[in-house]
Amino acid sequence: MRHAIEKLGKNTVAAIEELGYGLMILYESLYWLFTGALHKQAVSVSRIFSEAMQIGVRALPIVMVLCFAVGMMLAMQGLETLKPYGAQAQVVTGIALSVSREFAALITGIIVAGRSGSALAARIATMQESQEIDALQVIGIDPVRHLVAPALVAMLLAMPLLTVIGNLMGLLGAAVFTLYEMSMPVAIYMDRSFQVMQVSDLMQGLSKSLVFAVLIVIVSVINGFQVRGGAEGVGLATTRSVVMSISVIVVADMVFTFFLTSI
Amino acid sequence: MEATDKAICVRNLVTHYGERMILNNVSMDVKRGEIMVIMGGSGSGKSTFLRYLLGLQKPTSGSIQLLGQDITQMTANELHRMKKNIGVSFQGGALFGSMTVAENIQMPLHEHAQLDQDTMNIMSQMKLEVVNLAGFGDLMPSQLSGGMIKRAALARAIVLDPRLLFFDEPSAGLDPVVSAELDELILRLKQVMKMTIVVVTHELESAFKIADRITVLDRGEILMTGTVDEVRNSDNERIYNLLHRRPRTDKVDVDEYLARLTGKDLSHLDPGSRQDHKQ
Repeated sequence: MRHAIEKLGKNTVAAIEELGYGLMILYESLYWLFTGALHKQAVSVSRIFSEAMQIGVRALPIVMVLCFAVGMMLAMQGLETLKPYGAQAQVVTGIALSVSREFAALITGIIVAGRSGSALAARIATMQESQEIDALQVIGIDPVRHLVAPALVAMLLAMPLLTVIGNLMGLLGAAVFTLYEMSMPVAIYMDRSFQVMQVSDLMQGLSKSLVFAVLIVIVSVINGFQVRGGAEGVGLATTRSVVMSISVIVVADMVFTFFLTSI
Repeated sequence: MEATDKAICVRNLVTHYGERMILNNVSMDVKRGEIMVIMGGSGSGKSTFLRYLLGLQKPTSGSIQLLGQDITQMTANELHRMKKNIGVSFQGGALFGSMTVAENIQMPLHEHAQLDQDTMNIMSQMKLEVVNLAGFGDLMPSQLSGGMIKRAALARAIVLDPRLLFFDEPSAGLDPVVSAELDELILRLKQVMKMTIVVVTHELESAFKIADRITVLDRGEILMTGTVDEVRNSDNERIYNLLHRRPRTDKVDVDEYLARLTGKDLSHLDPGSRQDHKQ
């Protein structure tokens, strides 16, 4: 019993330390972004674009495919559920709201965490193990400025854009299934969807995507920087980063949704 | 030694890893233009000492002056400016894996000098010539051999013509011929570029060949600092053991040993009760 309490205490302290470390890295990233140029150490714009290419453009195909599939799946479930009540036409409203408020941002977040967050964690962990981070520091290049700040900006640019495209693909997936099931033309389905959707619904999803962007970057980099134990450690850090990112995203989504729906 | 003669001046350096003390009251001076070898066995604290000399970690107490400025008291901007004067060749090279050799060498130039790309290309080519790697600039680090990686890392370390050059285990993982070539290169850099060079190593042969003076570190303490001959002729037992590859013959403290095994302090118990714990 005593050991269990001791372990709980140690884990709690470690979690608080990790939270503090994450906040410190976020603060340092913002510091370099806003004041780097004053110290002649501006965050490299070319690195931001290369990160945005990696995080955004290369993730686009998978985000499109999965959001399309989720939209289609929602249409299947919605039509099946509403059929006994003869209210299949209402499926448009349900899907439009759930995709724009919830699913597009969540699916995009999970894909980006698994794809780009893990890559970021693995890259930083490998650099830490091979002393490349030390090499950066002795050259005078702050690792947060060089590695974290560009990834943060790129993620903040890419996530909302991917979410917008995810929205469209989700609706399109639902429209295609509705065409097949109810012979409703895709154009009419999309038209009705845009009629029921409010700007606030879209903003809800987009604001979530920004929060997810910050969470993915911070969780990935703290796992990368804290790596211990060679190649195995790099693997563990990457796995931990993905599991933690997805968990944090889902929990943050729940909290976000609770507050936004109770307003 | 006059203050102006000193390139590096460390005073009463104490460092900890968690609660464990790693360096205990270490003091050392390095004269301008000399090669100082920091020698010691595994776990002696020499690599840790280097990390503090490079300003990678903050010590518990003590001061580290590089070129007359205390790096433990510097602001971030002052430390950034100081980095222009420092070059480091890490044990595994620490070349950036996502960049070519030439891009690696140009990294310090991008950070500290406002030069056009053509000038940077010429400068990186010149340094590749110095380390006998001309023509390898377009290769990725993964395409280089161990010796080439070390030389490329050296080219990156000297691209800004630093006044202080640090080497971490330059011979580690290299065959004797490549290792000897690297030693020659270090001596040439000192002669031609008048750099102050600090080499951390446990390779005796290499140390004796290149050192002007040697600092022997053991268990976080400096045993002695002296010329090659002074170290060779030292009558200190721990230095003798290190130089003659004799295994350590430390006596085991029974109380400490039992405390480590059981995680409890048993020194207050009589020998009979200790027997119970051993079972």
